[in-house]
Amino acid sequence: MAAPSLPLPGNTVIEEDLHLSKVTFWTRLRRHKLAVAGIVVLSLMVLAAALAKQLSPFDPNAIDNIHWQGMPLPPCFQDATLCGGHSLGTDEVGRDLLSRMLFGARISLTVGLFAVIMEVLIGATLGAVAGYYGGWLDYALMRVTDVFLSIPLLPLLLVLTAIVAASSSKAALSFGVIVVIIGALSWPPVARLVRASFLSLREREFAEAARAIGNNDGRIIFRHLLPNAVAPIVVQATLDVANVIILESTLSFLGLGIQPPTASWGNMLANAQSNLQSAWWAAVFPGLCILIVVLAINYIGDGLRDALDPNMR
Amino acid sequence: MRRTLQSIPLLLAISVILYAILYNMPGGPLAPYLQNPHITAADIARLRHNLGMDQPVPIQYLKWLGHILTGDMGYSTSNSEPVFQALIERFPATLELMGASLVIAIGIGVSAGIISAVYRYSLLDYVITTGAFFGQSMPVFWFALMMQLAFAVHGIPLPGGYQIQLPSAGISSSDTFDLGDRLTHLILPAAVLSLLNIALFSRFMRSSLLEVLGTDYMRTAAAKGLNFRTILYKHGLKNALIPVVTVVALSLPSLLAGAIITETIFAWPGMGRLFINALTQSDLALLMGYLLLVAFLVVFSNLFADVVYAWLDPRVKYD
Repeated sequence: MAAPSLPLPGNTVIEEDLHLSKVTFWTRLRRHKLAVAGIVVLSLMVLAAALAKQLSPFDPNAIDNIHWQGMPLPPCFQDATLCGGHSLGTDEVGRDLLSRMLFGARISLTVGLFAVIMEVLIGATLGAVAGYYGGWLDYALMRVTDVFLSIPLLPLLLVLTAIVAASSSKAALSFGVIVVIIGALSWPPVARLVRASFLSLREREFAEAARAIGNNDGRIIFRHLLPNAVAPIVVQATLDVANVIILESTLSFLGLGIQPPTASWGNMLANAQSNLQSAWWAAVFPGLCILIVVLAINYIGDGLRDALDPNMR
Repeated sequence: MRRTLQSIPLLLAISVILYAILYNMPGGPLAPYLQNPHITAADIARLRHNLGMDQPVPIQYLKWLGHILTGDMGYSTSNSEPVFQALIERFPATLELMGASLVIAIGIGVSAGIISAVYRYSLLDYVITTGAFFGQSMPVFWFALMMQLAFAVHGIPLPGGYQIQLPSAGISSSDTFDLGDRLTHLILPAAVLSLLNIALFSRFMRSSLLEVLGTDYMRTAAAKGLNFRTILYKHGLKNALIPVVTVVALSLPSLLAGAIITETIFAWPGMGRLFINALTQSDLALLMGYLLLVAFLVVFSNLFADVVYAWLDPRVKYD
């Protein structure tokens, strides 16, 4: 290890400057090896989720009545005679773990994707309006944002899902409801980000030019300014997909997210704690899926941040 | 002072939103009575009148707010005691857990960040930043399960036939106070709760110190012939730690959310577990009391961070 010293001033910047004309977004992203690895891992996961039906060795909701006798079946690599063909074992009621994980991938990935799309639609619109018009509208919208940022997200989500569950039944906590509740509450950071970009973008010359040739406000906001604010939104949205996947699995783990028998990585772990002693596999594998996907997405987000705007770090 | 005043309307707005949610809770506070066949519609109407539920919503809100401000947060049906009392009783346990985890997180996170920045682009730096990425990506509840699996269910074998076996639930084994026993119960939940913040603090400390190391005044200090150690401690860390104060204060919401999960899994008798219990039993008053308290703590900690930041860094001025 080299002796500690001060960094040389600006050596990395010089290198960037030399290549500035040639270095495009894709070459910068490719240079970030872990982001590339993240993209590969995530693509495999998406593929596995899309082909869940074809890849699953068993029906994810079916109980293996032939082999299962009250105790979770072990994975085949641990006990080839007892496993009954379930390569990763079964859960406490005898359902195939691997099949449930494949179908659970569908839930986790789509909840993450759709909740973030909703969050970006709300957040970008409110942030753009606040940043573009300024004045009292900006003030009012930002105070609303402050309010939402002051109530910790997880307890608020839990209360809202509990209200939905209490007003009809727990089965009402469907995929769509979870997406809408998460999406409707997680927009404030996006709104702040977009507002900040718009505050400077609206003063730029091209914005003035767009105004001068008589474009209306809507066109200026969405056609001229928003495309220039895309970079930070993309980075934030990518990282938020990871956050939403963790949120959804936490809600499902606590019994207030995706409801069984529909498999989600979170609700597969809900009963794992009481069976920790007898079935370590039921606790380990679904959580490992969450960790791997979230890690992959976080590395992609990190790579995108470097590739889209090297000054953002 | 001005910022203190600004947080009052913020808290009021939070209370309006929370009240709106409370008001939409199905059944409302009379839900238990509606199921009872011995209670007639006339009784319900009388109860509604007595509880002021037949008055306009804004009036009801103001009355509710008045009660909250005098410390009366209503009656918790799941605990059969006033909400305020139920929360205060559980507060020390949560404080113990969050305090311990924050101490761990600051200690490990900040030192890891410093090492990472000083030995930047070395193998050690690589290991630390990768570890921080794992910590940030780890679902807290699953990490808790894995720690239980490793340290409580199986135990970690040590050479010589010993093994590390830690309790996986509760705050103590007996009613009498025993420091060693309390500490062994604290290790797992505090470690679980601190993981995310270790990751956050180390990443933040690293970039903050790297930024300071690249400044002109650091180069001036080096040009004066001071050795690296002196520059780092006397000039570098002092400046690099200032923004970390803000990050620590801003980590409170995630710490509270993490405490809910950790307390539930480790059967820790704190406010988070109280909240989850209230959730399963639809104990409205307690849920609202908890959310209000938590929102208040968050607003207060943001304010505190601003004030401390301005105090530590004379370059920052609030108008």
